[in-house]
Formats: sequence, structure tokens, C-alpha cells
Amino acid sequence: MTAAMTPAAPGNRTASRPVSVARGYRFEVVKLVSQWRVRLLVLACWIAPALFVAGVSEQSTLPTDTLFGRWMHATGWAGPLVTLGFAGTWALPLLTSVVAGDVFAAEDRLGTWRHLLVVVRSPRRIFAAKALAGLTVILLLVAGLAVSSTVGGLLAVGDRPLVGLDGRLLAPGDAAVKVLLAWVCVLAPTLALAGIGLLGSVALGRSPMGLLLPALVALAMQLAQMLPLPVAVRLALPGDAFVDWKGLFTSPAQLTPLLIGIAVSLVWAVTATALAYVLFLRRDFTNPADDGSARRAVTAGVLPLAALLGATVAVVAATTTAQGSGIEQTKVERSLATEFAHLYRMQTRQLHRPAVTEARLRATAACGKAGVQDGARGPGNDWRCVVSWHLPGVAATGSAVYQLDITADGRFVADGDGPKEVNGYFLVRTPTGDAPNPLWQFDGDVDLLSTSPKG
Amino acid sequence: MDAHLAVRARGITKCFGEVVALDGIDLDVARGRIHGLVGPNGAGKTTLLGLLLGLAVADSGRLEILGTPTGRTFEDPGGVAGFVDAPGLYPSLTARQNLAALAALRGDDTRSAGIDDALEQVGLTDVADDRTRGFSLGMRQRLGLAAALLARPRLLVLDEPANGLDPAGKKHVHGVLTRLAGEGTTVVLSSHRMDDLEALCSEVTILATGRVVFSGPLGELAAGDRELAYRLITSDPARAHRLAAAAPGVRLAADTAGRHGGEALVVHAPVPALDALVAGLVHAGIALRELAPVVSPLEAAFLALTEPRVAESRDTRQREDDAIDPRRQRAEAQPQEAGQ
Repeated sequence: MTAAMTPAAPGNRTASRPVSVARGYRFEVVKLVSQWRVRLLVLACWIAPALFVAGVSEQSTLPTDTLFGRWMHATGWAGPLVTLGFAGTWALPLLTSVVAGDVFAAEDRLGTWRHLLVVVRSPRRIFAAKALAGLTVILLLVAGLAVSSTVGGLLAVGDRPLVGLDGRLLAPGDAAVKVLLAWVCVLAPTLALAGIGLLGSVALGRSPMGLLLPALVALAMQLAQMLPLPVAVRLALPGDAFVDWKGLFTSPAQLTPLLIGIAVSLVWAVTATALAYVLFLRRDFTNPADDGSARRAVTAGVLPLAALLGATVAVVAATTTAQGSGIEQTKVERSLATEFAHLYRMQTRQLHRPAVTEARLRATAACGKAGVQDGARGPGNDWRCVVSWHLPGVAATGSAVYQLDITADGRFVADGDGPKEVNGYFLVRTPTGDAPNPLWQFDGDVDLLSTSPKG
Repeated sequence: MDAHLAVRARGITKCFGEVVALDGIDLDVARGRIHGLVGPNGAGKTTLLGLLLGLAVADSGRLEILGTPTGRTFEDPGGVAGFVDAPGLYPSLTARQNLAALAALRGDDTRSAGIDDALEQVGLTDVADDRTRGFSLGMRQRLGLAAALLARPRLLVLDEPANGLDPAGKKHVHGVLTRLAGEGTTVVLSSHRMDDLEALCSEVTILATGRVVFSGPLGELAAGDRELAYRLITSDPARAHRLAAAAPGVRLAADTAGRHGGEALVVHAPVPALDALVAGLVHAGIALRELAPVVSPLEAAFLALTEPRVAESRDTRQREDDAIDPRRQRAEAQPQEAGQ
């Protein structure tokens, strides 16, 4: 046995040192990483996306309902974007629930608050340490998803150009930068959910609702995004940035909605975290019955966030030109014609026809929705467009019909409806193997905030 | 402040809403002593221990810990460690990892923090690398004590550390606390185990409904003319019974044979009357083979001092409830009236 520990000398009045945030942070990270649940999540995030992307890339059927899913055979850069779309819908809300939603509630469950406070003696430092530790683990999980899916895609398919949402071909270097930016942008809504998770964890204590709160909020936001909400309301939702990254893959990039989404998400993250902080400091740790209450969660959590939502809607509506759903006939026609021209060039190359430029094609589109040919607007799968173009040296104008399914966030899927030789289904030979005709079905994006040219 | 006092409390009052947890508590705990805190459930023991640990401040009154007046919540008087309710352990960590994480949190070098020593002192060396998820209550209590030892406290505050301890665990804990007190650490502990407190403590404070009903050396509880029950085993039970029945100040227990066996004699007597009875037995040539209190002096004092107060408090609350809710009075009166 080693020498028995002896108490500090009676005169040693300042024997105890204040516990710094850095030490508290390390303590919290050790606790988090020691949990099997967190370890499994980290492993899953760093391994599963690579396997998923590699596996899907080998399949004959691709996830064409997900953005960039139809390009997974063509380039490795589609994989991380498909994963990003999936992560924004399911994975990130659930991951933040498990980590941020439990970081405070775990102490309630284990009955360790008083023990921790006796050692640290500062709720402020405990809050900071826990919030930072939770953030670290969340960032580790997000990084795992991004890196793993990218590695999986590049290894399985290769570092090849990516077709953007305007049909333009992005060189591998450009694609890499945009993929990285897209994942970085998604950190903002993830932080918003993490802040909501911290708030739920503090306000609801050991109640399972605290753990589920970020996932429930994310689900509610997804349901809201499926509705034809006014664009000002849509952009004011903290989860909108989970889909706004698609604006990076058009030229010019649709930066305004993306930046608004990021700003709104960060405001939500800061506000929710600040509310959690205030609630935490007000908590009476000497009262064992005080582990959060529904009443406090409503008065100090839900009501301020509802007020924040109202304020952000008002600010977005006042500072942007956004009106209605943001999906208007002229914008749809412009997006479709632009993308058609870019993809037409690609098809020309793949079919080894004489090269043609977009300028010479002078592609235009005429769209209508449910029989309305002038002033059509709003999301729906009843858009029908006729694309026209000019071929060099040919007097006649080419035309092709597309059925468009436009979702409320501005994304559309164009489905070729003839003529078959132009936008029907047939295989073309590409350097990576046979692929469907690029003009047959493609994804595009309408900028909800751009102004429509009149006349 | 008196330099030899580790804790000095005067007029401490603490309320949670309308509940008065502590009501004008005075308490002196000398340095290097093991001081027991006993009281019925809800007496305010844990609240008082929480104040000593700095988890809360009193609503009124003055509390000095290790010579320093306390003034705000979570203030660190330096040298105080312990736990209330239960030791804080993380089930996903092993016993050693729990202590190492705690030592690192305090800023100690985990290699020289004395983790192995602390584990050995509380008898947990064999399970040092087991996750605490599977630990029994007694093992958790011992690990909580080990965690407190790492802080090298000058005031150790423990809330019912004997809970769940088996005899071996109890021996370890008693050994550690006795040694610490010998080295100058003051220990304040609460417990419902009177035998533990009598074995460990030099002084006790008895709380009831948030007030101190006794505070002082254990010996004082047994002193005086309080009547206690004693069990006697003699060489001649029949003659001993006759002598006890005739002895002044001695009452025979009603059911001596039932619970204590036919050979035992149970009497109720204050200490002087018991002394006289023992002298009388010896004088009559009856050998006294065993003499022991049926209920320990501390337990007897605890029951004598707290039950009337708890009952009084219950009655007061009942009267207050009745005053608040006259409908209930009427409802309770109706069956009686119907019966008449």
C-alpha cells in the first residue's frame, strides 16, 4: 500500500483550485466518450456512410429521389451529397438528440448534479464545459459523415466531374470545394438543433421529452417545409439551411437563401443555448425535486422560441423581396431552359455530335401549371413545360416536353415527355460506362428569392 | 470564531418554498471529531449537509466552515469534500476511471493523486477496473468515500455512508473515518444506523422537524435519570426476577420470556436504579452473566426526543389542514353524526 493520504494542512486555506472550463470540458468529453451509445455513433458515422455510398454506387438502381442520387454512378462526389441530404432529414436531428439532448439530462438520471457542483462549484463553468463537449462530439459525428461518405464515393466511383443543378459540369476540384462548403453550411442548422437539444435537456431534466426534443423539432420543420408556406416563413425556419446548400450547385450560386438560412440557424442556436444557460443558472440544485418542469419548459423555452420565429419571419419578410411561395412561372422557365442547354451540350458530347454552345442553342422554355399558361406559380407535380432551342445551320426550332414536379423548397425533377430521340430513355456511352440520356430526367432548382424578369 | 471548531452554525434557517427545512439551527463541530447527525426522515439532515458542502446558503443565520463565514452558493471554503443523497458516480466508467476523471477535474496529476491508495483504503482494489454500472449500493458508497478522500479534505461531509454496507465494507469505512479523524479531519455524517453512530461518533446532533433537539457527546444521552430497557441473564432467573420486582425504580418488562428467552430478564430502569439492582443481585449470590441495553442509549434518546416532536408536528399540520379545508371537517363529521 502506498502512503495513506493525509488531509491538507489546517493552515492551507487555499488548497483547492478552481476547476477551469478546460478541465471541465475534458471531464465531460471523457464521460461522453465512455458511453457505448456515443462510441457506436462515432463508429457508425465514420464507417457506415462509406459502406452505404460504395454499396449504392454498385447497384443498378440509384436513389433518384435524393438530390444528386442519379449521378452516383458518374462521380464519387455525388455520394457525400446524397449522404448530406439524408443526414439533414434524419441523421443529424437524431444525432443531436442523442448527444445534446442528453448531456444535461444524464446528470439528472444518474443523480450526480450535487457531486459535480461540490467539485466544480460553478454552474456557469459546468454549462460551458458540457455545451463544448456536446458540440465537440456532434462535430466529430458530422465530420465522420462527411469524410466517410466522400472517401466511400471517391474509392468506389472515382474523382470525376459532377453535374450541377443547372446542368453545368463541375470539375472535380470545384465539386470538392462545393461539397465541403455544403457540409460546412449544414453545421449551422445542426448547431440550432444542438441548442434546442441543450434547452430540452436542461428544461425537461430526466424526462424523455428532453432527449427527443431536437428530433421532434426537426420533424416538425420537415413537415412545415413540405407545406406550401410563404417563402419568408420557410426561410425563417432554422431547418431550412438543411436544404439550402443545393443553391451552391447552380451558377450563379443561390447564396441569398443559403446565407439567410445560415443566419437564422445561428440565431436559433445562440438563442436556444442562451435560454438553456439562463434556465440552468436559475435551477435550485439543493432541491432534489427540482429537475425541470413542463411549466418552466413552456415559459422559458417554447414561448421565447416562438417569439423568435415570429421575429425572424418579420425580418426576412421585411428585408427580402420574397413573396408567396417564391416559385413563379418565369423563374421556372429560366431555370429549366438554362439547365436544358447545359445538359444538351453534355448529350451532344456523349453522342459524339458536333459541339454546340449554350449561346447558339438559345434555349427557352414555356411553362404552365394545371392549365394556367400565364402567371403560373407554386409547387406541384402538374407543371408542364415546352423547351425550344435552335440548332446551328438548321432553320427549324427543336422542342421537347417536360413534366415538372416542383417541391416547396424550389427543387424540381424534370421528366422528359418526348420526343424520345431528345429526352426519352436511352443509354449513352460515357467514359464511365453506359448511362441514361442526361436529358431524360434531371434535377434542378428554382431560386426562391430571385426576382422574375418582367415582360 | 473558536479556532478549534470546524463548523459553527448559529440560527441557521433554510426554507424551500413554504417548507421550513431548517429552523434556527445551532451547531458546533470540533476539529478532528466524527460528528453524527440523526433525525427522522424530513428532519433536515440532508439540507444541513448541503449547506456544509456549499450547495446552498442559509436564508438566515451565520455559518462558519473551517473558520470561514459562508455567504454565497457554491462558495468553496477550501478543504471540504463529501456527498449528499448518494455518491456521484458514472456507470460507464470503471471505479479507477471515476476517480481518475475526478482527480483530473480537480487538476491533480492522476498518477500521484493517490487513486490506488484510496481504492485500497475502502477495500475496492479488486474491482478497481470494473465498471461501476454493476456496483452494489455498498460498493458505490465506498467508492464515493474514496472519491472524497482524493480531495484530502479537512471537513468530510457524508450523507448516510453506511447505507448498503456489508460487515466487511463497514469495517473498511469505519477504519478510514477513524483514521481520518485521528489525523485531524473533521467528519460530519448522517445515518439511520444507531450502532454505526455509536461506534464512530464522539458527538451527535439530533434533528427533528428542522430543529436541534440534542447536540453533544454521546455519553450525555445515557446520563441522567432517563429510563432505558436492559436485558439481564443471571445464574438464577427466578430469584433475580423476584429481586428486580422488589427493587425501587425498576420495572419489569411485560413479555420477558417471549422475545428474549426464558432465561433473560428485561427491566426498565434509570442508571442509578440499575446499579442498585446489580449490586443487590451480586449481594444475593446471583451471578450476572450478561447485561446489555435492549435499545441503545442513542436510539432510545432518538425515539424519546423525536417522536413527540414529530407527532406534535403531524398534529399541527393536521389542525392547519382542517382549518384550511372545513369541508373535510364537515365530511368527517357526517358519518359520526349519522352514527349517532
